[in-house]
Amino acid sequence: MKVSMTVNGKPASAEVEARTLLVEYLREHLRLTGTHVGCDTTQCGACTVHINGDAVKSCTIFAVQCEGANVLTIEGLAKDGKLHPMQESFKENHGLQCGFCTPGMVMAGIDIRRRHKNPTEETVRHELEGNICRCTGYHNIVKAILTAKM
Amino acid sequence: MAETGIGAAVRRKEDQRFLTGAGNYVDDIARPGQTYACFVRSPHAHARIRSVDTKKAAAAAGVVAVFTGKDVADAKLGSLFCGWMVTDRHGQPMKTTPHPVLAADTVRYVGDHVAVVIGESREAAAAGAELVSVDYQALPAVVSSVAALKSGATQVHKDVPGNLVYDWVLGDQAATETAFKRAAHVTKIDLVNNRLIPNAIEPRASVGDYDRGTDQLTLYTTSQNPHVHRLALSAFIQIAPETKIRVVAPDIGGGFGSKIFIYAEECVVLWAAKKIGRPVKWTADRVEAFQSDAHGRDHVTHAELAMDKDGKFLGFKVSTIANLGAYLSTFSSSVPTYLYGTLLAGQYATPAIFCEVKGVLTHTAPVDAYRGAGRPEATYVVERIVEEAARQLKIDPAELRRRNFIAPSAFPYQTPVALQYDSGNYVGALDKALKVADYAGFARRKAESTKRGKLRGVGFSSYIEACGIAPSQVVGSLGAGVGLYEAAEVRFNATGGVTVFTGSHSHGQGHETTFAQLVGDRLGVPIENIEVVHGDTGRIPFGMGTYGSRSLAVGGSAIDKAMDKIIAKGRKIVAHLMEASEGDIEFKKGMYTVAGTDKKMSLGEVAFAAYVPHKLPTDQIEPGLDETAFYDPKNFTFPFGTHICEVEVDPETGRTSIAKFTAIDDFGHIVNPMIVEGQVHGGIGQGIGQALLEACVYDEKTGQLLTGSMMDYALPRADDVPSYTVGLTTTPCPHNPLGVKGCGEAGAIAAPAAVMNAITDAIGAPLEMPATPARVWAALQKRAAKAA
Repeated sequence: MKVSMTVNGKPASAEVEARTLLVEYLREHLRLTGTHVGCDTTQCGACTVHINGDAVKSCTIFAVQCEGANVLTIEGLAKDGKLHPMQESFKENHGLQCGFCTPGMVMAGIDIRRRHKNPTEETVRHELEGNICRCTGYHNIVKAILTAKM
Repeated sequence: MAETGIGAAVRRKEDQRFLTGAGNYVDDIARPGQTYACFVRSPHAHARIRSVDTKKAAAAAGVVAVFTGKDVADAKLGSLFCGWMVTDRHGQPMKTTPHPVLAADTVRYVGDHVAVVIGESREAAAAGAELVSVDYQALPAVVSSVAALKSGATQVHKDVPGNLVYDWVLGDQAATETAFKRAAHVTKIDLVNNRLIPNAIEPRASVGDYDRGTDQLTLYTTSQNPHVHRLALSAFIQIAPETKIRVVAPDIGGGFGSKIFIYAEECVVLWAAKKIGRPVKWTADRVEAFQSDAHGRDHVTHAELAMDKDGKFLGFKVSTIANLGAYLSTFSSSVPTYLYGTLLAGQYATPAIFCEVKGVLTHTAPVDAYRGAGRPEATYVVERIVEEAARQLKIDPAELRRRNFIAPSAFPYQTPVALQYDSGNYVGALDKALKVADYAGFARRKAESTKRGKLRGVGFSSYIEACGIAPSQVVGSLGAGVGLYEAAEVRFNATGGVTVFTGSHSHGQGHETTFAQLVGDRLGVPIENIEVVHGDTGRIPFGMGTYGSRSLAVGGSAIDKAMDKIIAKGRKIVAHLMEASEGDIEFKKGMYTVAGTDKKMSLGEVAFAAYVPHKLPTDQIEPGLDETAFYDPKNFTFPFGTHICEVEVDPETGRTSIAKFTAIDDFGHIVNPMIVEGQVHGGIGQGIGQALLEACVYDEKTGQLLTGSMMDYALPRADDVPSYTVGLTTTPCPHNPLGVKGCGEAGAIAAPAAVMNAITDAIGAPLEMPATPARVWAALQKRAAKAA
């Protein structure tokens, strides 16, 4: 099946199987390997991307469902070599260690801050339920999301 | 230099690539012509393989090859192995078992690898694997270590009678029994250290690649120790000589021990790549990770602590049954013995200790080192029983600890369980923790909780760990099959930059930053001009890798030693160029000066002179400025600290929330405090996970893994844990050049006991981990029924 969408501001289209997941399309067809796969049950959130501005787990949506959509991945966040404020905040607050859950955390973090203007720590922790990190104990991830200058 | 030197919270160099999606993890690798492997795994915990029919699979569209246990046996591939030979209480070597990379006649746990299908795509390989028909004769299985020891229990391996791998002892049994005879009070405790599944968020993955022209094999794999992998693939699995194998462990998404070991899949992938002449890639899905990554913990323990009338510890005896799983994983035998029994002195001057450990096979996944490896289990026993003793004796738990601590003046301190602690100030960490946690205000907070109908409790954990593993002679005498030094090469380039090649491996620890700080600080080079290379046997010297919080203490010391050599050689060059005596030349922060003169020369200038040696007598001074060092530690390092947890339990639901978690740790000197704090946070997170949420459960009857996905196995999420308060005391390690100890495991070691001591304080009833709401609620009901 043919699918066309905008990925990180650029048009992308390809022939995919109906069963091809968005994350497979991104990683294997477009070689955008910044989006990671950490589980097979939509639990870990490492594959979180933005579809039309909303954070979505790209392992749980078919590529063909994204026909015409605007998809943003971790690779598309920094502009002209300048990190997005959420990326900057993760670096500043040591919100990442091994880096594997990080793309999903950053994409989820941006979405949390978009939906909650001045979130409490409790709100951020609750909102992060769908993203698992095994390295940081979440302390610095929560701090990074709370204090990102956006 | 202060802003990037030792002690500065430098933001990490590696973050740029991780934050922009430019990391290079094994599954991101795509080799030209790559094929995909899918493993056929046993659905049974124990079964005889009557036959394996691969015909349909081999004929399926997109299937390139199918290999079975018979194929690897025919190819004479070696067995997976356990690299630490433990000697039992009778002086006999432990029992070992063969462990073929694909099972030929028997499967021994759910997920055991039976065959591999290689396909043109992931989907083709998976579809092909469905078509492999294995005729199993299901057999009875035993999954609990206690059941496996019972007479008449199903045998896991015929070479291991009674499923007993070893019956190991440590300490002076007679002295300990004597101590118990004169005790005024004995506290007894029974504990289960729950079995855990590590769950690094990056699943294991491997890509095997073969170059026909050079006959070179390359394995890209999720390893914490690529040289150990290369050695094993060559010497044990016998795929090719070491000179023909290169192992690359690029960016690795967390390890926590689970990526130390040599696994069947990576051996098969590399062997198959040569066999089919094309690259072969395998990436575990999460279900495979749950089934086949080495698990952790799984101890059943009875312990007794003898005290005099003032609560002084007289003797301590511990009896533990450790589940080792169906096969002995790479370092499995050492975890419940030399990394556990040796830590049972804790922070206390207990004069007599005796420990016995039975290592047992069961029909479960192999069990090996998981963050802390033996030391969390030891700390859990010591700190739970000490807290229990304090409650029984009605002595404040901080006070009971204080009474029994090894005094700061007593170091070096020889424990009754083999280790010699090099340094410590246990009361210092306790006092700071009491202050930071506002222990004095606990009663007020408890009263406030009570008003709201909640039960509040406080728990301590004053832990010790042995890190920086380890002096090669010592571990060799204890049965280790390897030396545990570390290697480093410091290459000063002609144009002033420095490349550091380290045998340590970073899978989240931030070595590219910490090691750059170390080198920049001493050699006077900006950290932007320092490149740290790791994880590639084709580039780095033979290193032992990262586990046991050893990177800075052992790997960092090797870098420091290589810098010694760089500086010494530079001094020779400066002496020649300045016509001064070597003894008059001083070096500080990248600058050589000649004593008593204003002559000076930077290390950068020296490097240029070394690489463009127009003015050097090259028969006396070799050109170049590139030095390699191997550092073998003189002793373990002994980080310690006190963690204090406060919980609030809702008696209506049994739900526990952690109200406060305070950690005061002593890791000696700190290079990057930001990274150290992050390591502590992460360890505490995993420790809280063990205490409140995580449990690997196998069905007792069928041996099926009941917690085989992230929907069944509860990993801690952001709203399960609090923000942590962390702090430090500083007692430098006296025997390594940096005075450092290691910080990677402390949180996971200390936290479980602190949390469980807090919950049992809150509910006034005994409880096993994980303290799920159901268990806490049931314990409360039981206590109420007893009281009624």
